[in-house]
Amino acid sequence: MLSRVADSVFWLSRYIERAENVARFLDVNMHLTLDLGDSIDQQWEPLVATTGDYSEFAERHGRPTRESVWKFLTFDRENSNSIVSCLRSARENARTIRGSLPSEMWEELNKFYLFVRGAAVEETLEHSNQFLGEVKRYSQTLVGISDSLMSHDEAWHFGRMGRNLERADKTSRILDVKYFILLPTSAEVGTPLDVIQWSALLKSASALEMYRRVQGRITPDNVVGFLMLDLEFPRSVRFCLSRAEESLRAITGSAERTFQIRAEQLLGRLRSEFEFTRASDIIKSGLHEFIDRFQLSLNEVDGAIFDHFFATQSMVQSQSQAQ
Amino acid sequence: MLLDNYETDGFYDEMFDDGGVPRSRADALAKRLVALSDGELVRRQKAADLTLLNMGITFAVYGHEAGTEKVWPFDIVPRIVDGAEFTMIQRGLRQRIFALNLFVNDVYNEQRILKDRVVPSDLVFSAPCYLKQCLGLKPPGDVWCHVVGTDLVRDSDGQFYVLEDNLRCPSGVSYVIENREVMKRTFPQIFGGLRIQPVEDYPERLLETLQHVAPANGHSPKVVVLTPGIFNSAYFEHSFLAQQMGVDLVEGSDLVVSDGYVCMRTTRGLQKVDVIYRRIDDTFLDPLTFRPDSALGVPGLMDVYRKGRVTLANAPGTGIADDKAVYAYVPQIIKYYLGEEPILNNVPTRICWDPEDLKYVLQHLAELVVKPTNESGGYGILIGPRATAEELSAYADQIRANPRNYIAQPVLGLSRVPTIVDDHLEGRHVDLRPYILYGKDIFVLPGGLTRVALKKGSLVVNSSQGGGSKDTWVLAESVNGEANRRPHFQEAVVSHV
Repeated sequence: MLSRVADSVFWLSRYIERAENVARFLDVNMHLTLDLGDSIDQQWEPLVATTGDYSEFAERHGRPTRESVWKFLTFDRENSNSIVSCLRSARENARTIRGSLPSEMWEELNKFYLFVRGAAVEETLEHSNQFLGEVKRYSQTLVGISDSLMSHDEAWHFGRMGRNLERADKTSRILDVKYFILLPTSAEVGTPLDVIQWSALLKSASALEMYRRVQGRITPDNVVGFLMLDLEFPRSVRFCLSRAEESLRAITGSAERTFQIRAEQLLGRLRSEFEFTRASDIIKSGLHEFIDRFQLSLNEVDGAIFDHFFATQSMVQSQSQAQ
Repeated sequence: MLLDNYETDGFYDEMFDDGGVPRSRADALAKRLVALSDGELVRRQKAADLTLLNMGITFAVYGHEAGTEKVWPFDIVPRIVDGAEFTMIQRGLRQRIFALNLFVNDVYNEQRILKDRVVPSDLVFSAPCYLKQCLGLKPPGDVWCHVVGTDLVRDSDGQFYVLEDNLRCPSGVSYVIENREVMKRTFPQIFGGLRIQPVEDYPERLLETLQHVAPANGHSPKVVVLTPGIFNSAYFEHSFLAQQMGVDLVEGSDLVVSDGYVCMRTTRGLQKVDVIYRRIDDTFLDPLTFRPDSALGVPGLMDVYRKGRVTLANAPGTGIADDKAVYAYVPQIIKYYLGEEPILNNVPTRICWDPEDLKYVLQHLAELVVKPTNESGGYGILIGPRATAEELSAYADQIRANPRNYIAQPVLGLSRVPTIVDDHLEGRHVDLRPYILYGKDIFVLPGGLTRVALKKGSLVVNSSQGGGSKDTWVLAESVNGEANRRPHFQEAVVSHV
């Protein structure tokens, strides 16, 4: 397939996944702050950090509040990771490859974009749950359409790889930020507030119910283990890495446990590290340090994918889609 | 209510005769419209508008913020063409396109028609769209214009006339298909029992045409659609056609000439391309042959083309046949090559290049429609009776400065079709653009794009100038009618090859 099309499918699904993740963080935090009462502006700060734009936010908005974070992450067109910006980018990518997508997928994405753009002018903060629910629903519908209507060919695998890499990145960021906030308050471990906070963390990744079935009671180690290393939960980092790798091999045609290109080598190495690690190893070596290293490795994977598949394109195409 | 006070105002109305009685082809539709409950038609119109928005059927508007998209206004009251009448149109278009293709091939090769002084050679050589770089080209099967969209209008006398030939990159066919789709989604009951000829097979026929003209490169032909990119006003159409044909939509930067072939850059390296349905203008195709500043094209493309290793559809150079001054000679062109009278008439045309005509045009400017010979999209047109004295005199100066660049025609009373205005119907002027494919044989799609001037009294139907569109229903001919069969490569062609 055309390199340019592969690039666009990859980013199209990343942007949709990103929008969905932002909606999930926001939704959980809105609920959480209802439980916690007034003095909780500090609850909004990690959200900005999770999406990775803290300095940009501080520069334009100063201290994070419920309203300013809401606006920043939903309808702020200058924030390239806000929901509306993600949708705009996803739609632009889809437009350039509209011919390669099923009509129903384009139409759903277009409706998604029009919905978010139309909502931007209205007061959604009052009905945040409804709005964010719709964002999640649209995103899930798009995944469903691509799974059930697109041939599972090269293009589809590029999309799936993009989605899983994005999801692995976001899950690790949620964990990093929340853990960082939670850890210093060791005095509070076991108090009701703590459980609420940890539940919220799991909920951000929509992982609470699945966690309960596997692990039962909430402990920090188990939460880390579940979100990073679980074999079956589709938002755990390990699960995402293994799906991304599967798609990458489908694209290159490499056999299992072999590699032909650097991206496969890096991704395979990363995935196997997650397969042969325990939660307690991560905690011992320092969660934040572990995640930091993971983020760097993930960036290398992204770079290698770009170099191999997309860069054959003359450099006219913006490389700057990566965050 | 809808049709209370409906007036035909002396124009030919496609639905009603002068006495206000529905024409037989439109009788069933008129009855259905009248029977609709109050407000129903307007509700359907709104549903259609929303469908178009959701489907993202848009065109880009030049001169606005980059990337501005607009939904092209669509009016849900269809325009109906009688089956027998369309069969005549099909025959006329086959004849015309066959002759124009011979003309293009001739002026870039033997130039017989110029030597025989049927068309003045100065007129041809002075046309900006006559490309010396195309001299001696021999496209596969001698077919130059694979895709044509010819603009027809019906004048007050009820006759169809050819207004313009578009032999370069005519656009709009995607709207023909999508308009039908939107009608079916939003107003299904209006179709009931009418035998409307389908338009949905156009992409299949286009692909067939493109594959047919592929060079013999020794593998099954790889077809692509070449677009200037998402900021082009017709981008939607480019991606639509690529999608419907199941071929890749490429931009210039996706293609490269390598080892004497045109290839596209894929995730698995370079892959050969055999046929390029290109939707960029001739002079942007190859910076090494044409405009050196073109970033849209592919350096070296024309070399590969000359060697017959890739097919371009349409071939470069076809613009010479839709130059508006050459247009005036089409009846002679048809007679010259085919020995036949034209089936479809031209609008009487004065060519300002001719000193006699120029004199006449300048004297009668206020009564005429004057058009630049090498423009499309309705740009640069003067409608004499609607112009102010200053506009007329400024325009006269332009004509004197460059007479070759202008032609003049009488003001036509374009036919009208009932169109929704607020909560009722009023007559609005329309044209008709049927689409013609020329590969193994010449195929005329039974349908076409009906463009409608939405502003009251306006004669300009172009999308860039306040025009909209309508679904065009070509009815099946009654039993044994020709239009029910697949149109063949017929009389004009068979008897003269």
